[in-house]
Amino acid sequence: MTLTDPLDLLDFDSLLSDEERQIRETVARFVTEHVRPHVADWFEEGTFPRELAPELGKLGVLGMHLEGYGCAGTSAVAYGLACLELEAGDSGLRSFVSVQGSLAMFSIWRYGSEEQKLQWLPRMAAGEAIGCFGLTEPDFGSDPANMRTRAVRDGDDWILNGSKMWITNGSIADVATVWARTEEGIRGFLVPRDTPGFTTRTIKKKLSLRASITGELSLDDVRLPASAQLPEARGLGAPLSCLSEARFGIVFGSAGAALDCVRTAVDYANSRVQFGRPIAAFQLTQQKLADMAVDLNTSALLALHLGRLKDAGTIKPHQISVGKLNNVRTALAIARECRTILGGSGITLEYSPLRHANNLESVLTYEGTSEIHTLVIGQTLTGHAAFK
Amino acid sequence: MNIVVLVKQVPDSGAERTLSADFSVDRASSSNVINEMDEYAIEEALKIKEAHGGEVTVLTVGPAGATDSIRKALSMGPDKAVHVQDDALHGSCAVATSKVLAAALRTLSPDLILSGAESTDGRVQVVPHMLAELLGVAALTGARKLTVDGSQLTVERQTDEGYEVVTAATPAIVSVWDTINEPRYPSFKGIMAAKKKPVQALTLGDLGISGDEVGFAGATSQVLEFNKRPARTGGAKVVDEGNGGEQLVSYLASEKFV
Ligand SMILES: Cc1cc2nc3c(=O)[nH]c(=O)nc-3n(C[C@H](O)[C@H](O)[C@H](O)COP(=O)(O)OP(=O)(O)OC[C@H]3O[C@@H](n4cnc5c(N)ncnc54)[C@H](O)[C@@H]3O)c2cc1C
Ligand SMILES: Cc1cc2nc3c(=O)[nH]c(=O)nc-3n(C[C@H](O)[C@H](O)[C@H](O)COP(=O)(O)OP(=O)(O)OC[C@H]3O[C@@H](n4cnc5c(N)ncnc54)[C@H](O)[C@@H]3O)c2cc1C
Repeated sequence: MTLTDPLDLLDFDSLLSDEERQIRETVARFVTEHVRPHVADWFEEGTFPRELAPELGKLGVLGMHLEGYGCAGTSAVAYGLACLELEAGDSGLRSFVSVQGSLAMFSIWRYGSEEQKLQWLPRMAAGEAIGCFGLTEPDFGSDPANMRTRAVRDGDDWILNGSKMWITNGSIADVATVWARTEEGIRGFLVPRDTPGFTTRTIKKKLSLRASITGELSLDDVRLPASAQLPEARGLGAPLSCLSEARFGIVFGSAGAALDCVRTAVDYANSRVQFGRPIAAFQLTQQKLADMAVDLNTSALLALHLGRLKDAGTIKPHQISVGKLNNVRTALAIARECRTILGGSGITLEYSPLRHANNLESVLTYEGTSEIHTLVIGQTLTGHAAFK
Repeated sequence: MNIVVLVKQVPDSGAERTLSADFSVDRASSSNVINEMDEYAIEEALKIKEAHGGEVTVLTVGPAGATDSIRKALSMGPDKAVHVQDDALHGSCAVATSKVLAAALRTLSPDLILSGAESTDGRVQVVPHMLAELLGVAALTGARKLTVDGSQLTVERQTDEGYEVVTAATPAIVSVWDTINEPRYPSFKGIMAAKKKPVQALTLGDLGISGDEVGFAGATSQVLEFNKRPARTGGAKVVDEGNGGEQLVSYLASEKFV
């Protein structure tokens, strides 16, 4: 007998409500039917199919944890489980959903005017409009406080200049949430795609997160009306709070990528015969599988714990750092180890582990690098901020 | 249009299935799911409601554990559910089950009853016909297409050779095959809303049926013995000595595939 779901090792699902289980099941089925058959091709071609956005909208995953404006209003745990199953498909797919729901939609939902919410959120929830979130710049990644993009007033209008780098969905977005320095501090702006002076470029030759569009935004004397500013966003805390939302999804999502790798490796090891026996019967293989299953289940429990804290409204940012640091580096190690079990077959897109491993390199870096999260935990323990 | 969809909970046909000591389907040791064909009936009901208005009710006869499948059915979009549950029902045959369903349907007076063409546990395909007889309504069974025009129903009835076009006026029962549509995913809003949708619980007493008409006591058929399907054998090898094509065709013909 084998476990079809490696998370059954500790009966993970027994910790979920019926509703949470059903959401997990539904997303898993969606991924099996609409993503798994095509994802290797998307990865190879370096595309994310825009047609998938309305399908994801119908399912209800886009902004699923937000209330109102066409969003489902689920629990944080349900959102996490959706991320887990999406990333079991591909980190690029989960990134699309994270950026749309937790960065772009959340920034409008949390900091926008009623008019901005009504204009964008229902269409974004339906997947008819795509959003992106521009914080990182060519010269400022881990240190966004020193960003160079500027917004200056001209009468009632704003004029924006600068550029943003590594922006997920950047070149396919209908609206960009752009963070810029002003005389009063950092502020957020909604920049519609066709605004004069606003151009985008797709970043090519990526070796990671290929089934996701990454772009560069250029703002060259972009004139925006006062109503384009996010009225409630004041200071760097605003974009950082959005990142905390998206990071939470990564804590679950990275466990999903690892889950898919372990499942693939167990199946392969059971069917691959060398020296007259399935390689699953060799102790070395079992040691790998057992170690990975233990780490995977630990990651899933950590994610669920953070989810419960988030639903209780008590979660702290450094706790999300613990989750992101542990679960992404664990998932990356698992993906690489699973690849070894696949032998030569493991280096093609026929099997998922190396694709997941390559993707997880991006996940390790974006939304706060593993080094920065380490230093956040260090600061929590010691009181010294070593990254400044 | 007032539509009732019959939804049965069955053991997952993808997993190991067995019978209990009393030869009834063992529902405890397997994971239970909505009978797959019934999802197509739900989808058809929702499409008709979207086009013509009305209400969709899910009707289930089954043990307490069937609530799980009822909630799942509701998360696809139906408005409410009726769950007939009674310990005396254990061991009911198709005739007894049809009696209970018919009694419950009388309390709902639907214009249209939709069901799957068969269930993956019993596979007898008789319940829709029996219900039509008991309720005195038309039976349009084995549909691969259904069109509604006012109170007129037109069905493409799938057969081994092709299809027949049959029509009837409501009230009627239509059973559907999985060729009729593509069932939707439950949306997250649907999943959240399903919790709050009304599920009416009915007992045999509520329906005026006595315990000895159903269950093992009232069964018209009885399982005396069962055997496991024989393990798969190696199969026949066809060696191509110039006549490989002919051999393959005659094999397919002998199995009635062509
Ligand atoms: C595929 C992809 C998608 C992305 N999507 C988005 C997006 O949608 N929106 C957005 O705004 N950004 C996005 N990013 C950008 C991402 O958030 C940044 O890459 C990340 O913050 C790191 O910045 P950087 O690449 O400039 O690296 P740097 O900040 O230059 O870091 C380089 C290295 O130095 C280390 N380092 C930096 N400072 C310290 C310190 N004080 N102490 C110790 N080590 C340090 C880092 O940990 C890292 O290892 C994306 C990135 C990728 C790869
Ligand atoms: C890019 C590339 C180029 C190559 N070029 C050549 C070439 O030019 N010529 C050539 O002949 N071959 C070539 N190979 C094949 C390569 O040598 C094989 O991939 C390698 O020997 C492993 O065999 P396998 O892929 O069949 O994996 P398997 O032998 O099936 O191994 C799968 C996994 O099981 C493990 N395993 C197997 N047996 C045991 C055991 N007894 N105990 C514990 N663990 C075990 C392995 O370590 C591995 O982790 C190439 C492979 C690649 C990827």
